[in-house]
Amino acid sequence: MGYRDRGMPLARRPPPRFFVWPPPPQPSPVKGEGEESDGRKPRVMTLFFQHMIDALSLGSLYALAALGIGLIFGVLRLINFAHGDFISFGVFALIVPSTNVVATMFLGALPWPLLIISIIAVVVILALISEYVVFRPLRNASPSSLMVGSFALGFVIQYTLLILYQSRPKAIGLWSDLNRHIDIFGLRVPQLQIITIAVTIGLLLVLMLFLKKTSYGLQMRAAAEDFRMARLLGVRANFVISLAFAISGLLAAVISLLFVAQTGVASIRMGVPLMLFAFIATVIGGMGSLVGAVVGGFVVGIMSVLLQVFLPVDLRSFRDAFVFFAVILILLFRPEGLVQVKAAKERI
Amino acid sequence: MSANPVMAAIRRHSTLLILTVGLLLLVGLFELIGDRSLGRTVTEALIRVVVVVGMYIFIGNSGVLSFGHIGFMAIGAYATAWQTCCPRLKPLNLRGLPDFLLDNTFPVVPASIASGLLTAAVALIIGVALMRLSGIAASIGTFAFLAIVNVVYSNWDSVTGGTGSVVGIPVYVNMWVALAWATIAISTAYLYQRSRFGLALRASREDEVAARAAGVNIFRQRLFAFVISAFFLGIGGVLHGHWLGIINPDEFYLVLTFLTLAMLVVGGINSLSGAVVGVVVISALIEILRQFESGVTIAGVEMSLPSGVQEIALGVLMLLILIFRNSGIMGNKEITWPWKNGAAPVRDETT
Repeated sequence: MGYRDRGMPLARRPPPRFFVWPPPPQPSPVKGEGEESDGRKPRVMTLFFQHMIDALSLGSLYALAALGIGLIFGVLRLINFAHGDFISFGVFALIVPSTNVVATMFLGALPWPLLIISIIAVVVILALISEYVVFRPLRNASPSSLMVGSFALGFVIQYTLLILYQSRPKAIGLWSDLNRHIDIFGLRVPQLQIITIAVTIGLLLVLMLFLKKTSYGLQMRAAAEDFRMARLLGVRANFVISLAFAISGLLAAVISLLFVAQTGVASIRMGVPLMLFAFIATVIGGMGSLVGAVVGGFVVGIMSVLLQVFLPVDLRSFRDAFVFFAVILILLFRPEGLVQVKAAKERI
Repeated sequence: MSANPVMAAIRRHSTLLILTVGLLLLVGLFELIGDRSLGRTVTEALIRVVVVVGMYIFIGNSGVLSFGHIGFMAIGAYATAWQTCCPRLKPLNLRGLPDFLLDNTFPVVPASIASGLLTAAVALIIGVALMRLSGIAASIGTFAFLAIVNVVYSNWDSVTGGTGSVVGIPVYVNMWVALAWATIAISTAYLYQRSRFGLALRASREDEVAARAAGVNIFRQRLFAFVISAFFLGIGGVLHGHWLGIINPDEFYLVLTFLTLAMLVVGGINSLSGAVVGVVVISALIEILRQFESGVTIAGVEMSLPSGVQEIALGVLMLLILIFRNSGIMGNKEITWPWKNGAAPVRDETT
């Protein structure tokens, strides 16, 4: 295609795909087609709901990751590029360091409540150590130094994992029975997607209650609004920042578990694309706004699925480029994002 | 005080002379040693000089951190591959190329210039959008650009061969070719930062509002630096392609971004000497670690570090520099003529 077919006679050219409307239904990116048609419901509606659930569960992961990035940005004006590597770290904490392709469970061998708690503990501790060792000494550095610092930290974590676990991706069978499909109103949906959405909504509610109803939450919101003013009014900076890192670590750990249960594979760079999309979600939602981060996460998730469905086949592999391009557009035409925060403006 | 105008000129431009002559001596030394694998390392380091000095032209002078520059390297590398690579394989692997590229093979030097210009043109187009943004937003925008380039070049199978590598690019880059380009890059960066454009941009880096009030059009100055900078990144990509003979989209992504930023930060982000020193120091460090990773014998004991230690050491070094010496090895200063009674002290435009 492209320049080569210019000489082709008109009649032999394929019809342009762009102008077919409505677009033909496409298989969803996650599940195979054909499972869903049981003849009872109109196919279009079924497909629509399938895609909605795909979009929401993908959006959930992005929203959680974006919230983790947004929380830290709020208090520290730090864009934490290492967040994706926190996520990978949580995944690898499940298994014993080795070079085998099939992983032996380490923390992953615990019964599930303990497993969840221990993974959360590991990632929270990692986040707190990062804060203490790297970001506390850089507290007064410029935003770009902080960015470079988090970039470097991410690489250190990534290559530590590389040394411990080698670069080959490993198969992990965590909660594989959750990938069974269940029937909801004639839809066959993977259980895990429902769990992902439910867990996300639950976590968001808890976090909202925490931020709105507790004194710690109030301090964090105050710090995100105007850090200096909050300090003057008696908010302890170190405490609030550590708290932000701890919550961010908790969110990262939850993503690790949900993500690895979905993919069944652990690789040392697995967190990076998630981080990139989450990062974009925070920009779209509005840097510094927590509501914006969540909204942005869902917007990116829905946008990805919609593009996957509606883009012509030729362009589908470029889907992510369109998502990234959207960021540049948002930055240009609505730099404050969807949800605007007063404090996020750079002042003189 | 010597009245000799030549000596005065030498003193005035001592930074440029010291940097270029220093690299020349270094290359001469390794030419004498004649070790082939060391020679490759030196060539690689000189290519990185082109790249990092290119990044410095924009990042150092404007103070805007860019994560997207390595994307320009990809554009340059592929552009030269289209022009010079493998006349027999092109019609099979890269079918989507326009006819004049498919049917012709161009000489390498004009091809490099053309690739650099293409990269600069791309920078001009995206720069018109990105340079309107400020601070963090601009950095994010450049990151998005890097990701876009990677996605497009990894998937545009008919033109880039997708994630498969383009193999068989003529290999002609040796130490001397790389040195020539490094000298051109350093000279351009030097002339630029002393020109009125460079000074205006540096003023905006120090204080955006004051510079604006003094009549600096920040958008235009940043765009200008961005375009020059992209040209050298494109050339860096070209050299990389013709040095290795193979290119692959994933080579020009986060790892290389990290490495080059590390060089810039460790050397000192705000000075040209810092960019060059950073490349030399980090390349030396990497070479030493590489030796250790492949195994050395110390006192009869065979030892080797696991692979990955290189990156960790770099990351830690970068963090240490950020924490303890924020302005890098060079501390924002240029290397200058060390003798005290030198005429015309070089303006310390930094700090």
